[in-house]
Amino acid sequence: MRLEKNHERCIGAGQCVLTEPRIFDQDDRGLVRVLIEQPQGADEAAAHKAVFICPARALSIAED
Amino acid sequence: MMNTHVDEASELVQFPIQRTCPFAIPPVYTKFREGSPVSQVVLPDGGKAWLVTKYEDVRAVMSNPKLSSDRRKKDFPVVVPGQNAALSKHAPFMIILDDPEHAELRRPVISEFSVRRVAALKPRIQEIVDGFIDDMLKLPKPVDLNQVFSLPVPSLLVSEILGMPFEGHEYFMELAEVLLRRTTDEQGRIDISVKLRQYMDKLVEEKIDNPGDDLLSRQIELQRQQGGIDRPGLASLCLLVLLAGHETTANMINLGVFSMLTKPELLAEIKADPSKTPKAVDELLRFYTIPDFGAHRLAMEDVEIGGVLIRKGEAVIASTFAANRDPAVFDDPEELDFSRDARHHVAFGYGPHQCLGQNLGRVELQVVFDTLFRRLPDLRLAVPAEELSFKSDALVYGLYSLPVTW
Repeated sequence: MRLEKNHERCIGAGQCVLTEPRIFDQDDRGLVRVLIEQPQGADEAAAHKAVFICPARALSIAED
Repeated sequence: MMNTHVDEASELVQFPIQRTCPFAIPPVYTKFREGSPVSQVVLPDGGKAWLVTKYEDVRAVMSNPKLSSDRRKKDFPVVVPGQNAALSKHAPFMIILDDPEHAELRRPVISEFSVRRVAALKPRIQEIVDGFIDDMLKLPKPVDLNQVFSLPVPSLLVSEILGMPFEGHEYFMELAEVLLRRTTDEQGRIDISVKLRQYMDKLVEEKIDNPGDDLLSRQIELQRQQGGIDRPGLASLCLLVLLAGHETTANMINLGVFSMLTKPELLAEIKADPSKTPKAVDELLRFYTIPDFGAHRLAMEDVEIGGVLIRKGEAVIASTFAANRDPAVFDDPEELDFSRDARHHVAFGYGPHQCLGQNLGRVELQVVFDTLFRRLPDLRLAVPAEELSFKSDALVYGLYSLPVTW
């Protein structure tokens, strides 16, 4: 799986960071930064949860 | 059905729907969610709206760009008499705009409330909480926790973040309290809005002359660099942050303390392991979902929600409260259960307008609950629970006062 972000949609709510700060962060503008683009193992579940929780639908998962 | 008012002419249920019990959701919401999850209701001015009660549908409404939040539009539903007229006394709040106008106002401030920035504020939040507890301990018992603690903590914090003086804050709180009362009439709401506008305009002017290290000063500097200071816009931004940031948090503090004092098994859980407090906070947010009036939208085009066709020009109310009690998403939703993972609740809304200050609110509540029960292990209600006065007539649910002793 590969995590993709959309900065046009991102509203900087930080809900992905709150879900898993190892995978996500916010940049100086408050917008999402993906720290682990290809999460594996337990991180996969956290990535799916973050995608679901994101209020702006700014995250998506591309299955390789 | 108890507490449900049906309009005689249209035979439709009247909205807003008042709570009668602090714990149980009014049965009419459940009846709607189970029978007709997108159903027409009648508003106080006789207008009609579609009430949406399922979690999935509420998220669909709140993230659909064809459903407008723009209260300047003529056909926008009036759920609170005078609210739209009162809002017109201010430069538009970001919450009443659609993208791209909304994003233009939100983007410059989102970094102020990022997870990282809020985490950096935690020591100061702790100091504020400890300071008000120190003061409270000097008072004769019992005290009204709402007045001496629950309201002042978030009020001081949000004033500091904005860079506004805490002196004179009582005046602001008096005005805000009337504004948030459901029973305030149209003219009353407009009069209060004019006073709030004047109060905020003055504070913005003072900040332009005396900048500091705070949110408002940074916005002023940013706007100066971009070519001009939008004074009315800044007054609205500050007013929005103040209004959204003090009473809501106070209500959640009161409801959380009330819950843990009346259900000691819940308190025992976070006392035994404070690492469980963040989960408890999200569960309290889900369970109470304090904005009782829901999220209002106006259809700009025909839209299908939950299999129901909503025509262009029709009004929609998404009930985040009903969504957060949806058994399809939360097992035993009527149970307040601190072991539940409730993070995906919609108490802070969903979509582009989701609460800007939600990370701050979460940390405030975590620090408050951990500190209050650690420092006051004998904290208890000073009156029987049945005598407590809940805000069933307000726009945001909570408690009018919370007499406690220790």
